[in-house]
Amino acid sequence: MKNNVILQKLRDWRVGTTIIMLVVAILWLLPTIGLLVTAFRDKTSSVESGWWTAILDPFNTNWTVSAFENVLFSENWNLSQAFMNTLAVTVPATILPITFAAFAAYGFTFLNFKFKELWFAVIIALMIVPLQAVIVAVLQMFVALDQWLLTIPGNEYGDFHISGEYPAGWIVHSAFAMPLAVYILRNYMMTLPMALIEAARIDGASHFQIFWRLIVPMSVPALASFAIFQFLWVWNDYFIAFMFVGNHTVMTYQLLSMLGQHGEGWQIVMAGCLISVLVPLAVFFGLQRYFVRGLTAGSVK
Amino acid sequence: MTDLITAIAAIVLGPLATFGLYALLNLLVNLLPTDKVREAVRPYVFIGPVLILIGILLVYPTIQSMVFSFMNADSSEFIGFKNYEKLFADPNFLITVGNNLLWVAVVPVTTIILGLFIATLTDKLGPVRERLIKSVIFMPMAISFVAASSIWRLNYSWDAGDKQIGMLNAIVKALGGTPINWIQTDTLSLNSLMIMVIVVWANAGFAMTLLSAAIKAVPEETTEAAALDGATGAQAFFQIVLPQIWGTVVSVFITVLISSMKIFDVIWGMTGGNFHTNVLGVDFFLQYFVYNDTGKATAVVMLLMLAIIPVMYYQVRSYRKQEEIR
Repeated sequence: MKNNVILQKLRDWRVGTTIIMLVVAILWLLPTIGLLVTAFRDKTSSVESGWWTAILDPFNTNWTVSAFENVLFSENWNLSQAFMNTLAVTVPATILPITFAAFAAYGFTFLNFKFKELWFAVIIALMIVPLQAVIVAVLQMFVALDQWLLTIPGNEYGDFHISGEYPAGWIVHSAFAMPLAVYILRNYMMTLPMALIEAARIDGASHFQIFWRLIVPMSVPALASFAIFQFLWVWNDYFIAFMFVGNHTVMTYQLLSMLGQHGEGWQIVMAGCLISVLVPLAVFFGLQRYFVRGLTAGSVK
Repeated sequence: MTDLITAIAAIVLGPLATFGLYALLNLLVNLLPTDKVREAVRPYVFIGPVLILIGILLVYPTIQSMVFSFMNADSSEFIGFKNYEKLFADPNFLITVGNNLLWVAVVPVTTIILGLFIATLTDKLGPVRERLIKSVIFMPMAISFVAASSIWRLNYSWDAGDKQIGMLNAIVKALGGTPINWIQTDTLSLNSLMIMVIVVWANAGFAMTLLSAAIKAVPEETTEAAALDGATGAQAFFQIVLPQIWGTVVSVFITVLISSMKIFDVIWGMTGGNFHTNVLGVDFFLQYFVYNDTGKATAVVMLLMLAIIPVMYYQVRSYRKQEEIR
């Protein structure tokens, strides 16, 4: 009898399921724990022994933050500078496409024009165009633009150029984000009460006013979820930064260089890795609710 | 420091300039003669800039790539299908195509099954445990492929001698096996499969989240009725729950399928396409930046596009269906 009660309790708590899921969660976490531990070890031990030896014998481990000092401030890695550069790429490349996309989404939701459905179908199709398909021509376009800029008086030495500079990255990131952003914002705007907009029209408000005063404030949840996705996407991007913003080193670029020369010890790679994931993880854990909402709205490239 | 100033200036000026552009366009339209003309042109104030932007930066470059794929290495003359012929005559390229097929065959299905498994089991737990476990599974989605590659390169690391600092080889050794060079062993595509593990690790959280939301939307009466009829947990899942969430399963499958077709970044970080792990997405970079052959590089991309076009068609069609329901 008593055994039955215990059995029932165990069943209510789902002990079996909990154990299975805990095992899965630990398996998922192990590689990341390795990252966390290795970043705080010294060079000799990180090269000589597995990270778990440090955990199993924490008091005999030489814990140190020297790897962080090295990657953040040494002339070789200078991740503090790369952090700033990454920020300079990411923030505008997040804000710009959302502004553009919000206007277009308004047009697709509340205005009528020729071939509306066709244009929108094109946008949906473009959501999955691979980056590689556009790189060649876009790089050539920027070079051609720079050639033309040289003809401007006072710019004979090309001081004013776009290839390898931040605006090039902003433009390419914006273009790549655009189809998805328009799609998501338009889907959201479709759910707003049409009657409200019509009432505002009757009161004599222009579309521009309705957009700015009514639709944008009401669309904040959708704008926020897309902003989070775009921010993470740009922050984590390596290729667009590498190809279009080559004059400014971003963090992913530095991290890949570290990985290529891990002869300096894994603690260097892992300290760099930890610094590069801090911001995305903070955004992710801080704004998880918006993140999940965005996911269910289809915010994935 | 200048970067910081640039960033701040861009943060302030960028949106202001963008808004100014639209306001200006709007004012220009207001100058047009009749109401009818104004209202006909107004929509293009809203959608015009975006259409122009994606026309110049997405549509035109893709068409240009197609043209380049029929030209020689420096795009100076047309050579017909020669690039494609050369690619398919190269046994290494056939391995590359085979790897793409393997990615498409393995990753979407594995991700879905794992996501379903986790979503179903966590759904049965209390809210605290559910949230905790989901956060852990979900976390890798937030980090970059470069960071993921760093983490897993350490995890997979292999030593010719006796120092196995990689966790996987330490386990193999502890179990009495011979440590394996995971990244360089291409027998049975082992190294490709090991890279796929990373992608599943990163994507399972995405599948889990969407499937979990779908499972929670299944009306409880349907599962309760099944339980009353004496259905086992598995029967209830396959016959009652799965049919009701099938739409979500398909859309998650398509999303992961697309990303598996286009996969390149994690392979770039793990092997750079070496040791027979190359795929089309990586091969483009090798052909274009390493071998400086624009013709072959764009031909590789066009083959990738050829695989993606049916999915595009499917996406547009399912959007159309969705619109009819609205």
